[in-house]
Amino acid sequence: MTVYFLCVVLLTMGLYCLVAKKNIVKKVIGLVIMDYAVNLYLIIIGYKKGGVAPVVERGMNSAMLERFVDPLPQALVLTSIVIGLGVLALMVAMCIRIYERHGTFDMSQISKLRG
Amino acid sequence: MNPVPLFVAIPLGAAFLIPMLGIWWKKSGEALAALSTATLAVMAILSIGSTAVAYHMGGWAPPVGIALVSDGLTVLLLIAVNVIAFLCIIFSLKYMTAYSGLPKYYSLFMLMVAGMNGVVVSGDLFNLYVFLEVASIASYALVAFGTEADELEAGFKYLVLGSVASVMILFAIGTVYAVTGTLNMADAAREISTRFSGAGAMNPALLLAAAMFLMGFSLKAALVPFHAWLPDAHPSAPAPISAMLSGVVIKSLGIYAICRVFFHVFGFDPNVMGSVILANSMIWLAVLSIVVGGLLAIGQWDYKRLLAYSSIGQVGYVMLGLGVGARVLATGGPRSLAALAILGGLFHLVNHAFFKSLLFLSSGAIQHATGTRDMKQMGGLREKMPITSAVTNLAALSISGVPPFSGFWSKLIILIAVVKAEHYVIAGIAIVMAFVTLAYYVKVQREIIFGSVRGAVERAKEVPAAMYVPLIILAIVCVGFGLLYPVFGYRILEPARDALMNSAEYVKLVLG
Repeated sequence: MTVYFLCVVLLTMGLYCLVAKKNIVKKVIGLVIMDYAVNLYLIIIGYKKGGVAPVVERGMNSAMLERFVDPLPQALVLTSIVIGLGVLALMVAMCIRIYERHGTFDMSQISKLRG
Repeated sequence: MNPVPLFVAIPLGAAFLIPMLGIWWKKSGEALAALSTATLAVMAILSIGSTAVAYHMGGWAPPVGIALVSDGLTVLLLIAVNVIAFLCIIFSLKYMTAYSGLPKYYSLFMLMVAGMNGVVVSGDLFNLYVFLEVASIASYALVAFGTEADELEAGFKYLVLGSVASVMILFAIGTVYAVTGTLNMADAAREISTRFSGAGAMNPALLLAAAMFLMGFSLKAALVPFHAWLPDAHPSAPAPISAMLSGVVIKSLGIYAICRVFFHVFGFDPNVMGSVILANSMIWLAVLSIVVGGLLAIGQWDYKRLLAYSSIGQVGYVMLGLGVGARVLATGGPRSLAALAILGGLFHLVNHAFFKSLLFLSSGAIQHATGTRDMKQMGGLREKMPITSAVTNLAALSISGVPPFSGFWSKLIILIAVVKAEHYVIAGIAIVMAFVTLAYYVKVQREIIFGSVRGAVERAKEVPAAMYVPLIILAIVCVGFGLLYPVFGYRILEPARDALMNSAEYVKLVLG
């Protein structure tokens, strides 16, 4: 239970960083922290205490199969990391272009558009 | 052969080939994008009236394998997405010549279409997330495509908020997996309906997942209070992209996903305790969107910004129909009333997709001809650009709910359903805001179309045929949906409504 709680704390920290920081690079870091908190959450869902890698070998009995951790969340996390990488690359590229146009990373000096 | 996987494979293949061929062949983007979107549009129209099918990827039967599902609701969205994508590509051929890096533009465009089609046909929660990200990443890049100061800022804002939404959606998917042990939507629906129905409160983990889903998808659909990115992103994007974003992206990534996940996976049923809370929050989001979007639209002088705020309000109407339908189902009211409300919501969804993309494309045509989108510098467009003015007028009448155009009928159905469900205050708000919609479109007509020729309009010329032909086609669709409801309503809308209301049938379709 504690570990889920810590995971949500990490998510909230990322959200706080995203909302409170003015520097857009720090905002990007906050978003990455959120992303990793969710990846961690997915891994924790599939984990069990004393679990082993889910690789089936010859001569394994059902008691051994019981000890496998759930492999599906790991596959999800791999996909999610790749997606996160794509988003991160786009965000950093946009940060660089924003710096070229505005000469600053400070959101309070950039914002002309007000939703 | 089953055509469902092709809706994802064709645009994905085109998106891959365009930049490859673009090295040797300058026009690869235009040619391949037009060809593939035309094929997709024809395929989508041909799939009207087809029986619902579930396709199993690689022959693995669900819940092990990935399922692609095509039912009535899917067909409705596929038609809207692919027809509008085709018309936007045709419009782009001329409009986008002012930009550089065109193969990249068409490649990203096709990726966006692939992502949206993927979201619509996916029968698997995680697959839905992946396609949602494909469509979102492509649209972040497309909003910032001009790479000027404003576009980058709007793109960055959209990117950050959209990524937060994606994180929330992934968190919710993880929670649903933890509770049900499956990612297949039909299987999860069966688990939830068998294990968590009956007396007692909804499982708190599922309620958390539902809240996260609602927040994430509402952010993608730009419902108030999650709308902050939309009024910046839509005006900054090139006109065909604004048309796609407002017309179909916010609907397929937001509204459709809400429908599929809440109606099918969670299910609105009197036996499930949490479902009334969910339905109520849908109605509240809808009412807030209608009021805030409508009121903020009145004060805008930037034409595209006005249209963007109007999108928020109109998506609110779509949500209102669906939310009231969901509430009637959740409280065990008459199913015929729920059916009416949901039909109204879906009808407004399609209508709004067509007339809002028409309005955004016409705003692009006006900007192309006059070089501005400031309404104070325009006037008397009717004399200089008769065709664009006529279609803009028609779309404005349609969206503001003037009979006999399509927008009138869909708003009427929603309002009748809301009144019959005895939400009198909400019905009153919706009627007042319908008049507000009319008010700001009258402002558009007065400032841009009628009056004496002034400002930037003086040197404007009618746009070339490649730009006005898509506008005319969209205008015909808008009128046709209003007048020919009996023809298309029974073939497209009612199967969609029935698919949305029968969760059990969806489970049977996918799991066999």
